Amino acid sequence: MTHLDEELYRLKSEIISMWNLVIHQLQKTQVALISLDKDLAREVIANERRVNGMELKIDRDCENIIALFNPVAIDLRFVLAILKTNNNLERTGDIANGIAKYITNLDVPLEENLLEVTQIHLMYKEAIDMLKDVLEAFEKEDAKLARKIFIRDEKLDTINLKASKLVADFIRGNPDKIEQGIYIISAIHKLERVGDQCKNIAEEIIFFIEAKVLKHTSGKK
Amino acid sequence: MEKLKTENVNVYYGSNHVIKNVSLSIQHNTVTAFIGPSGCGKSTFLRLINRMNDYIEGFRKTGDILIDGEDIYDRKVRVEELRKKVGMVFQKPNPFPKTIYENVIYGLRIQGINRKSILDEVVERSLKRAALWDEVKDNLDKSALELSGGQQQRVCIARALAVEPSIILMDEPASALDPISTAKIEGLIYELKKLYTIIIVTHNMQQAGRVSDNTAFFYLGELIEYNETTTIFTNPKATLTQNYITGRFG
Repeated sequence: MTHLDEELYRLKSEIISMWNLVIHQLQKTQVALISLDKDLAREVIANERRVNGMELKIDRDCENIIALFNPVAIDLRFVLAILKTNNNLERTGDIANGIAKYITNLDVPLEENLLEVTQIHLMYKEAIDMLKDVLEAFEKEDAKLARKIFIRDEKLDTINLKASKLVADFIRGNPDKIEQGIYIISAIHKLERVGDQCKNIAEEIIFFIEAKVLKHTSGKK
Repeated sequence: MEKLKTENVNVYYGSNHVIKNVSLSIQHNTVTAFIGPSGCGKSTFLRLINRMNDYIEGFRKTGDILIDGEDIYDRKVRVEELRKKVGMVFQKPNPFPKTIYENVIYGLRIQGINRKSILDEVVERSLKRAALWDEVKDNLDKSALELSGGQQQRVCIARALAVEPSIILMDEPASALDPISTAKIEGLIYELKKLYTIIIVTHNMQQAGRVSDNTAFFYLGELIEYNETTTIFTNPKATLTQNYITGRFG
Protein backbone atom coordinates (compact mmCIF):
# COMPACT_ATOMS: atom_id res chain seq x y z
CA MET A 1 0.00 0.00 0.00
CA THR A 2 1.47 3.37 -0.99
CA HIS A 3 1.48 6.35 1.35
CA LEU A 4 -1.30 7.91 -0.70
CA ASP A 5 -3.31 4.66 -0.48
CA GLU A 6 -3.01 4.80 3.29
CA GLU A 7 -4.17 8.40 3.40
CA LEU A 8 -7.14 7.62 1.14
CA TYR A 9 -8.01 4.61 3.27
CA ARG A 10 -7.91 6.77 6.39
CA LEU A 11 -10.10 9.36 4.70
CA LYS A 12 -12.59 6.67 3.76
CA SER A 13 -12.71 5.41 7.34
CA GLU A 14 -13.27 8.92 8.64
CA ILE A 15 -16.19 9.63 6.36
CA ILE A 16 -17.76 6.24 7.14
CA SER A 17 -17.61 7.14 10.85
CA MET A 18 -19.26 10.45 10.15
CA TRP A 19 -21.87 8.71 8.02
CA ASN A 20 -22.74 6.30 10.85
CA LEU A 21 -22.94 9.16 13.32
CA VAL A 22 -25.34 11.05 11.05
CA ILE A 23 -27.50 7.93 10.62
CA HIS A 24 -27.66 7.53 14.42
CA GLN A 25 -28.53 11.19 14.80
CA LEU A 26 -31.49 10.79 12.49
CA GLN A 27 -32.60 7.53 14.14
CA LYS A 28 -32.52 9.21 17.54
CA THR A 29 -34.75 12.04 16.37
CA GLN A 30 -37.29 9.48 15.22
CA VAL A 31 -37.35 7.82 18.64
CA ALA A 32 -37.41 11.20 20.39
CA LEU A 33 -40.27 12.38 18.20
CA ILE A 34 -42.49 9.39 18.94
CA SER A 35 -41.95 9.38 22.68
CA LEU A 36 -41.30 13.10 23.09
CA ASP A 37 -37.97 12.23 24.63
CA LYS A 38 -36.48 15.68 25.08
CA ASP A 39 -33.29 14.33 26.65
CA LEU A 40 -32.62 12.26 23.57
CA ALA A 41 -33.35 15.30 21.40
CA ARG A 42 -30.85 17.31 23.45
CA GLU A 43 -28.30 14.53 22.94
CA VAL A 44 -28.77 14.92 19.18
CA ILE A 45 -28.25 18.68 19.50
CA ALA A 46 -25.09 18.13 21.55
CA ASN A 47 -23.75 15.59 19.06
CA GLU A 48 -24.18 18.06 16.22
CA ARG A 49 -20.87 19.57 17.35
CA ARG A 50 -19.21 16.22 16.74
CA VAL A 51 -20.65 16.10 13.23
CA ASN A 52 -19.35 19.61 12.56
CA GLY A 53 -15.95 18.70 13.97
CA MET A 54 -15.76 15.67 11.71
CA GLU A 55 -16.71 17.78 8.72
CA LEU A 56 -13.87 20.22 9.44
CA LYS A 57 -11.39 17.39 9.92
CA ILE A 58 -12.34 15.68 6.66
CA ASP A 59 -12.19 19.01 4.79
CA ARG A 60 -8.71 19.62 6.16
CA ASP A 61 -7.57 16.09 5.31
CA CYS A 62 -8.82 16.44 1.72
CA GLU A 63 -7.00 19.75 1.40
CA ASN A 64 -3.80 18.19 2.72
CA ILE A 65 -4.02 15.20 0.39
CA ILE A 66 -4.51 17.46 -2.63
CA ALA A 67 -1.65 19.74 -1.58
CA LEU A 68 0.81 17.03 -0.61
CA PHE A 69 0.06 14.14 -2.94
CA ASN A 70 -1.37 15.82 -6.05
CA PRO A 71 -3.78 12.94 -6.67
CA VAL A 72 -4.94 12.33 -10.23
CA ALA A 73 -7.56 10.27 -12.05
CA ILE A 74 -9.54 7.93 -9.77
CA ASP A 75 -7.67 9.18 -6.68
CA LEU A 76 -8.53 12.78 -7.45
CA ARG A 77 -12.16 11.89 -8.14
CA PHE A 78 -12.27 10.01 -4.85
CA VAL A 79 -11.00 13.01 -2.87
CA LEU A 80 -13.37 15.38 -4.69
CA ALA A 81 -16.29 13.00 -4.07
CA ILE A 82 -15.39 12.82 -0.37
CA LEU A 83 -15.24 16.62 -0.15
CA LYS A 84 -18.76 16.94 -1.52
CA THR A 85 -20.16 13.95 0.35
CA ASN A 86 -18.74 15.44 3.53
CA ASN A 87 -20.77 18.55 2.88
CA ASN A 88 -23.92 16.53 2.14
CA LEU A 89 -23.52 14.53 5.36
CA GLU A 90 -23.00 17.66 7.41
CA ARG A 91 -26.23 19.06 6.02
CA THR A 92 -27.97 15.80 6.85
CA GLY A 93 -26.62 16.23 10.37
CA ASP A 94 -28.10 19.74 10.37
CA ILE A 95 -31.47 18.24 9.44
CA ALA A 96 -31.38 15.90 12.43
CA ASN A 97 -30.33 18.81 14.62
CA GLY A 98 -33.21 20.94 13.30
CA ILE A 99 -35.79 18.22 13.99
CA ALA A 100 -34.32 17.72 17.48
CA LYS A 101 -34.81 21.43 18.18
CA TYR A 102 -38.49 21.16 17.19
CA ILE A 103 -38.84 18.26 19.61
CA THR A 104 -37.40 20.26 22.50
CA ASN A 105 -40.00 22.94 21.77
CA LEU A 106 -42.96 20.54 21.89
CA ASP A 107 -45.05 20.54 25.07
CA VAL A 108 -47.07 17.40 24.38
CA PRO A 109 -46.37 14.37 22.18
CA LEU A 110 -47.53 14.61 18.57
CA GLU A 111 -50.98 13.11 17.94
CA GLU A 112 -50.85 9.44 16.96
CA ASN A 113 -53.21 9.95 14.07
CA LEU A 114 -51.19 12.92 12.77
CA LEU A 115 -48.06 10.76 12.72
CA GLU A 116 -49.99 8.06 10.92
CA VAL A 117 -51.74 10.06 8.20
CA THR A 118 -48.62 12.04 7.31
CA GLN A 119 -46.62 8.79 7.01
CA ILE A 120 -43.68 10.37 8.81
CA HIS A 121 -42.54 6.96 10.07
CA LEU A 122 -42.40 5.67 6.52
CA MET A 123 -40.49 8.77 5.57
CA TYR A 124 -38.02 8.20 8.38
CA LYS A 125 -37.58 4.58 7.32
CA GLU A 126 -36.99 5.53 3.71
CA ALA A 127 -34.60 8.36 4.58
CA ILE A 128 -32.55 6.22 6.97
CA ASP A 129 -32.53 3.25 4.58
CA MET A 130 -31.39 5.51 1.78
CA LEU A 131 -28.55 6.83 3.92
CA LYS A 132 -27.54 3.26 4.77
CA ASP A 133 -27.76 2.05 1.18
CA VAL A 134 -25.81 4.95 -0.22
CA LEU A 135 -23.19 4.23 2.44
CA GLU A 136 -23.10 0.59 1.32
CA ALA A 137 -22.71 1.74 -2.31
CA PHE A 138 -19.81 3.93 -1.22
CA GLU A 139 -18.11 1.23 0.85
CA LYS A 140 -18.46 -1.39 -1.86
CA GLU A 141 -17.83 1.11 -4.68
CA ASP A 142 -21.06 -0.12 -6.26
CA ALA A 143 -22.34 2.33 -8.88
CA LYS A 144 -25.36 0.12 -9.61
CA LEU A 145 -26.54 0.35 -6.01
CA ALA A 146 -25.90 4.11 -6.03
CA ARG A 147 -28.15 4.46 -9.09
CA LYS A 148 -31.06 2.84 -7.21
CA ILE A 149 -31.12 5.84 -4.87
CA PHE A 150 -32.51 8.16 -7.54
CA ILE A 151 -35.84 6.34 -7.80
CA ARG A 152 -36.22 6.00 -4.06
CA ASP A 153 -35.91 9.72 -3.58
CA GLU A 154 -39.17 10.06 -5.49
CA LYS A 155 -40.97 8.19 -2.73
CA LEU A 156 -39.96 10.83 -0.21
CA ASP A 157 -40.97 13.57 -2.62
CA THR A 158 -44.44 12.04 -2.96
CA ILE A 159 -45.03 11.81 0.80
CA ASN A 160 -43.76 15.35 1.20
CA LEU A 161 -46.10 16.66 -1.50
CA LYS A 162 -49.17 15.00 0.05
CA ALA A 163 -48.24 16.12 3.56
CA SER A 164 -49.11 19.79 3.12
CA LYS A 165 -52.76 19.04 2.36
CA LEU A 166 -53.01 16.40 5.10
CA VAL A 167 -51.55 18.74 7.71
CA ALA A 168 -53.79 21.58 6.54
CA ASP A 169 -56.81 19.27 7.01
CA PHE A 170 -55.54 18.32 10.49
CA ILE A 171 -55.15 21.97 11.49
CA ARG A 172 -58.64 22.81 10.21
CA GLY A 173 -60.04 19.95 12.29
CA ASN A 174 -57.89 20.75 15.33
CA PRO A 175 -57.43 24.52 15.49
CA ASP A 176 -56.09 24.19 19.03
CA LYS A 177 -53.22 22.02 17.76
CA ILE A 178 -51.80 24.33 15.10
CA GLU A 179 -48.36 24.09 16.66
CA GLN A 180 -48.30 20.31 16.20
CA GLY A 181 -49.19 20.72 12.55
CA ILE A 182 -46.44 23.26 12.00
CA TYR A 183 -43.80 21.12 13.68
CA ILE A 184 -44.68 17.96 11.81
CA ILE A 185 -44.81 19.63 8.40
CA SER A 186 -41.47 21.26 9.13
CA ALA A 187 -40.00 17.88 10.10
CA ILE A 188 -41.43 16.29 6.95
CA HIS A 189 -39.91 18.98 4.76
CA LYS A 190 -36.57 18.40 6.44
CA LEU A 191 -36.77 14.63 5.93
CA GLU A 192 -37.51 15.20 2.28
CA ARG A 193 -34.19 17.03 2.10
CA VAL A 194 -32.40 13.92 3.41
CA GLY A 195 -33.45 12.23 0.17
CA ASP A 196 -31.92 15.10 -1.81
CA GLN A 197 -28.65 14.78 0.09
CA CYS A 198 -28.59 11.02 -0.54
CA LYS A 199 -29.19 11.65 -4.22
CA ASN A 200 -26.29 14.11 -4.32
CA ILE A 201 -24.05 11.59 -2.59
CA ALA A 202 -25.09 8.88 -5.05
CA GLU A 203 -24.08 11.23 -7.89
CA GLU A 204 -20.68 11.70 -6.28
CA ILE A 205 -20.20 7.94 -5.91
CA ILE A 206 -20.93 7.43 -9.60
CA PHE A 207 -18.59 10.30 -10.49
CA PHE A 208 -15.85 8.72 -8.42
CA ILE A 209 -16.30 5.22 -9.84
CA GLU A 210 -17.25 5.91 -13.45
CA ALA A 211 -16.01 9.48 -14.02
CA LYS A 212 -19.53 10.41 -15.13
CA VAL A 213 -21.10 13.68 -14.10
CA LEU A 214 -24.81 13.17 -13.42
CA LYS A 215 -25.61 16.55 -11.92
CA HIS A 216 -28.30 18.49 -13.73
CA THR A 217 -28.99 15.56 -16.05
CA SER A 218 -32.38 14.43 -14.78
CA GLY A 219 -33.79 11.60 -16.81
CA LYS A 220 -30.38 10.45 -18.09
CA LYS A 221 -29.16 8.76 -14.95
CA MET B 1 -2.59 22.38 -38.42
CA GLU B 2 -0.82 19.05 -38.23
CA LYS B 3 2.88 19.58 -37.57
CA LEU B 4 4.15 16.09 -36.92
CA LYS B 5 2.80 12.74 -37.87
CA THR B 6 4.20 9.30 -37.25
CA GLU B 7 2.83 6.21 -38.90
CA ASN B 8 3.49 2.69 -37.65
CA VAL B 9 6.94 3.57 -36.40
CA ASN B 10 9.12 0.74 -35.12
CA VAL B 11 12.66 1.10 -33.84
CA TYR B 12 15.18 -1.65 -33.27
CA TYR B 13 18.59 -1.54 -31.65
CA GLY B 14 19.99 -4.76 -33.07
CA SER B 15 17.45 -7.41 -32.10
CA ASN B 16 15.96 -5.22 -29.39
CA HIS B 17 12.54 -3.91 -30.47
CA VAL B 18 12.33 -0.62 -28.55
CA ILE B 19 9.50 1.27 -30.30
CA LYS B 20 6.49 -0.75 -31.37
CA ASN B 21 4.20 0.46 -34.09
CA VAL B 22 3.67 3.99 -32.82
CA SER B 23 1.33 6.27 -34.75
CA LEU B 24 0.42 9.72 -33.55
CA SER B 25 -0.30 13.20 -34.79
CA ILE B 26 0.81 16.45 -33.17
CA GLN B 27 -0.73 19.81 -33.99
CA HIS B 28 1.22 23.03 -34.41
CA ASN B 29 1.37 25.44 -31.43
CA THR B 30 0.74 22.74 -28.90
CA VAL B 31 2.76 21.20 -26.10
CA THR B 32 2.83 17.43 -26.02
CA ALA B 33 4.22 15.53 -23.05
CA PHE B 34 5.71 12.06 -23.40
CA ILE B 35 5.47 10.15 -20.13
CA GLY B 36 6.27 6.63 -19.06
CA PRO B 37 8.66 4.66 -16.87
CA SER B 38 12.39 4.57 -17.59
CA GLY B 39 13.17 2.47 -20.63
CA CYS B 40 9.67 2.78 -22.10
CA GLY B 41 11.00 4.35 -25.29
CA LYS B 42 9.82 7.93 -24.84
CA SER B 43 13.29 9.48 -25.20
CA THR B 44 14.12 7.20 -28.13
CA PHE B 45 10.90 8.29 -29.78
CA LEU B 46 11.66 11.97 -29.09
CA ARG B 47 15.13 11.60 -30.58
CA LEU B 48 13.68 10.10 -33.75
CA ILE B 49 12.19 13.50 -34.49
CA ASN B 50 15.57 15.14 -35.06
CA ARG B 51 17.31 11.92 -36.09
CA MET B 52 19.57 11.74 -33.08
CA ASN B 53 19.39 7.95 -33.03
CA ASP B 54 20.87 7.60 -36.52
CA TYR B 55 24.40 7.01 -35.32
CA ILE B 56 23.56 4.55 -32.55
CA GLU B 57 24.94 1.13 -33.42
CA GLY B 58 22.30 -1.28 -34.62
CA PHE B 59 19.64 1.43 -35.01
CA ARG B 60 16.95 0.56 -37.49
CA LYS B 61 13.59 2.21 -38.09
CA THR B 62 10.49 1.29 -40.04
CA GLY B 63 7.40 3.41 -40.59
CA ASP B 64 7.17 7.11 -41.43
CA ILE B 65 7.86 10.30 -39.53
CA LEU B 66 6.49 13.36 -41.29
CA ILE B 67 7.05 17.01 -40.42
CA ASP B 68 4.79 19.36 -42.34
CA GLY B 69 3.90 16.37 -44.48
CA GLU B 70 7.50 15.55 -45.45
CA ASP B 71 9.28 12.35 -44.52
CA ILE B 72 12.28 13.41 -42.44
CA TYR B 73 14.00 10.08 -43.06
CA ASP B 74 13.86 10.54 -46.81
CA ARG B 75 17.29 10.21 -48.44
CA LYS B 76 17.07 13.75 -49.78
CA VAL B 77 16.74 15.24 -46.31
CA ARG B 78 19.97 16.69 -44.90
CA VAL B 79 20.17 16.12 -41.17
CA GLU B 80 21.71 19.57 -40.54
CA GLU B 81 18.75 21.19 -42.28
CA LEU B 82 16.32 19.06 -40.27
CA ARG B 83 17.96 20.12 -37.01
CA LYS B 84 17.50 23.76 -37.91
CA LYS B 85 13.81 23.01 -37.99
CA VAL B 86 13.83 20.80 -34.91
CA GLY B 87 15.65 22.22 -31.89
CA MET B 88 16.58 20.18 -28.85
CA VAL B 89 16.99 20.98 -25.18
CA PHE B 90 18.52 18.34 -22.93
CA GLN B 91 18.08 17.27 -19.34
CA LYS B 92 21.26 18.88 -18.07
CA PRO B 93 22.06 22.39 -19.22
CA ASN B 94 24.96 22.02 -21.66
CA PRO B 95 26.22 25.48 -22.60
CA PHE B 96 29.52 25.60 -24.40
CA PRO B 97 32.50 27.08 -22.54
CA LYS B 98 31.99 30.32 -24.37
CA THR B 99 30.31 33.63 -23.73
CA ILE B 100 26.55 33.90 -23.47
CA TYR B 101 26.57 35.72 -26.80
CA GLU B 102 28.61 33.06 -28.58
CA ASN B 103 26.48 30.29 -27.13
CA VAL B 104 23.30 31.79 -28.54
CA ILE B 105 24.69 32.34 -32.04
CA TYR B 106 26.58 29.07 -32.21
CA GLY B 107 24.22 27.60 -34.78
CA LEU B 108 24.38 30.72 -36.92
CA ARG B 109 28.18 30.72 -36.90
CA ILE B 110 28.10 27.14 -38.17
CA GLN B 111 25.83 28.31 -40.95
CA GLY B 112 28.45 30.94 -41.83
CA ILE B 113 26.46 33.93 -40.66
CA ASN B 114 28.86 36.47 -39.22
CA ARG B 115 27.33 39.89 -39.80
CA LYS B 116 27.27 41.54 -36.38
CA SER B 117 23.99 43.40 -36.86
CA ILE B 118 22.21 40.12 -37.66
CA LEU B 119 23.88 38.27 -34.81
CA ASP B 120 23.05 41.04 -32.31
CA GLU B 121 19.45 40.97 -33.38
CA VAL B 122 19.24 37.18 -33.09
CA VAL B 123 20.88 37.21 -29.64
CA GLU B 124 18.44 39.78 -28.31
CA ARG B 125 15.39 38.14 -29.85
CA SER B 126 16.36 34.63 -28.73
CA LEU B 127 17.26 35.65 -25.19
CA LYS B 128 14.02 37.60 -24.91
CA ARG B 129 12.03 34.58 -26.08
CA ALA B 130 13.94 32.44 -23.60
CA ALA B 131 12.98 34.93 -20.85
CA LEU B 132 16.64 35.58 -20.04
CA TRP B 133 17.38 38.90 -21.74
CA ASP B 134 16.66 41.13 -18.75
CA GLU B 135 18.94 39.06 -16.54
CA VAL B 136 21.97 38.93 -18.87
CA LYS B 137 21.73 41.83 -21.34
CA ASP B 138 24.57 43.72 -19.63
CA ASN B 139 26.78 40.64 -19.34
CA LEU B 140 26.64 39.02 -22.74
CA ASP B 141 30.41 38.61 -22.74
CA LYS B 142 30.32 36.65 -19.53
CA SER B 143 30.96 32.91 -19.75
CA ALA B 144 27.70 30.99 -19.90
CA LEU B 145 29.21 28.57 -17.41
CA GLU B 146 29.10 31.27 -14.74
CA LEU B 147 25.32 31.40 -14.86
CA SER B 148 23.01 29.47 -12.52
CA GLY B 149 21.64 26.11 -13.68
CA GLY B 150 18.27 27.61 -14.56
CA GLN B 151 19.90 30.44 -16.50
CA GLN B 152 22.18 27.99 -18.30
CA GLN B 153 19.16 25.99 -19.36
CA ARG B 154 17.54 29.13 -20.72
CA VAL B 155 20.75 29.92 -22.63
CA CYS B 156 20.41 26.47 -24.19
CA ILE B 157 16.80 27.23 -25.07
CA ALA B 158 17.88 30.56 -26.59
CA ARG B 159 20.56 28.71 -28.56
CA ALA B 160 17.91 26.34 -29.89
CA LEU B 161 15.60 29.24 -30.77
CA ALA B 162 18.34 31.21 -32.56
CA VAL B 163 18.21 28.99 -35.65
CA GLU B 164 14.44 29.58 -35.97
CA PRO B 165 13.15 26.04 -35.49
CA SER B 166 9.46 25.25 -35.68
CA ILE B 167 9.60 22.26 -33.32
CA ILE B 168 11.40 22.20 -29.99
CA LEU B 169 12.16 18.88 -28.35
CA MET B 170 12.81 18.94 -24.62
CA ASP B 171 14.17 15.91 -22.82
CA GLU B 172 13.40 16.44 -19.12
CA PRO B 173 14.42 20.10 -19.38
CA ALA B 174 13.78 20.96 -15.74
CA SER B 175 14.66 17.76 -13.91
CA ALA B 176 18.06 19.13 -12.81
CA LEU B 177 16.67 22.52 -11.76
CA ASP B 178 15.37 23.99 -8.51
CA PRO B 179 11.62 24.82 -8.18
CA ILE B 180 12.05 28.50 -9.09
CA SER B 181 14.05 27.72 -12.23
CA THR B 182 11.58 24.93 -13.03
CA ALA B 183 8.69 27.38 -12.78
CA LYS B 184 10.53 29.75 -15.14
CA ILE B 185 11.11 27.00 -17.70
CA GLU B 186 7.48 25.90 -17.43
CA GLY B 187 6.30 29.49 -17.87
CA LEU B 188 8.58 29.75 -20.85
CA ILE B 189 7.18 26.59 -22.43
CA TYR B 190 3.70 28.07 -22.07
CA GLU B 191 4.83 31.27 -23.85
CA LEU B 192 6.85 29.49 -26.53
CA LYS B 193 3.98 27.32 -27.69
CA LYS B 194 2.45 30.41 -29.29
CA LEU B 195 5.34 30.32 -31.77
CA TYR B 196 6.51 26.72 -31.78
CA THR B 197 5.40 23.12 -31.46
CA ILE B 198 6.88 21.69 -28.29
CA ILE B 199 7.37 18.08 -27.30
CA ILE B 200 8.61 17.40 -23.80
CA VAL B 201 9.72 14.20 -22.12
CA THR B 202 9.13 14.38 -18.40
CA HIS B 203 9.07 12.08 -15.41
CA ASN B 204 7.24 14.69 -13.42
CA MET B 205 3.52 13.97 -13.69
CA GLN B 206 2.51 17.34 -12.29
CA GLN B 207 4.77 19.06 -14.78
CA ALA B 208 3.14 17.17 -17.63
CA GLY B 209 -0.22 18.29 -16.25
CA ARG B 210 0.86 21.90 -15.92
CA VAL B 211 2.57 22.45 -19.25
CA SER B 212 1.07 20.18 -21.86
CA ASP B 213 -2.05 20.17 -24.00
CA ASN B 214 -1.75 16.50 -24.89
CA THR B 215 -0.02 13.60 -23.23
CA ALA B 216 1.30 10.36 -24.65
CA PHE B 217 1.92 7.47 -22.28
CA PHE B 218 4.53 4.93 -23.40
CA TYR B 219 5.15 1.53 -21.89
CA LEU B 220 7.61 -1.10 -23.09
CA GLY B 221 7.94 0.67 -26.42
CA GLU B 222 4.22 0.90 -27.06
CA LEU B 223 2.09 4.01 -27.12
CA ILE B 224 -0.55 2.95 -24.60
CA GLU B 225 -2.64 6.09 -24.58
CA TYR B 226 -2.53 9.46 -26.29
CA ASN B 227 -5.12 12.02 -25.39
CA GLU B 228 -5.77 15.50 -24.09
CA THR B 229 -3.80 16.01 -20.89
CA THR B 230 -6.95 16.80 -18.92
CA THR B 231 -8.42 13.45 -19.94
CA ILE B 232 -5.22 11.53 -19.17
CA PHE B 233 -5.03 13.02 -15.68
CA THR B 234 -8.71 12.88 -14.78
CA ASN B 235 -10.09 9.86 -16.57
CA PRO B 236 -7.48 7.80 -18.41
CA LYS B 237 -8.97 5.06 -20.54
CA ALA B 238 -6.26 2.43 -20.11
CA THR B 239 -5.71 0.72 -16.77
CA LEU B 240 -1.95 0.84 -17.39
CA THR B 241 -2.10 4.62 -17.74
CA GLN B 242 -4.15 4.96 -14.59
CA ASN B 243 -1.77 2.73 -12.64
CA TYR B 244 1.23 4.71 -13.86
CA ILE B 245 -0.05 8.21 -13.19
CA THR B 246 -1.45 7.27 -9.80
CA GLY B 247 1.85 5.67 -8.81
CA ARG B 248 0.47 2.13 -8.57
CA PHE B 249 2.60 0.74 -11.28
CA GLY B 250 3.48 -2.93 -11.54
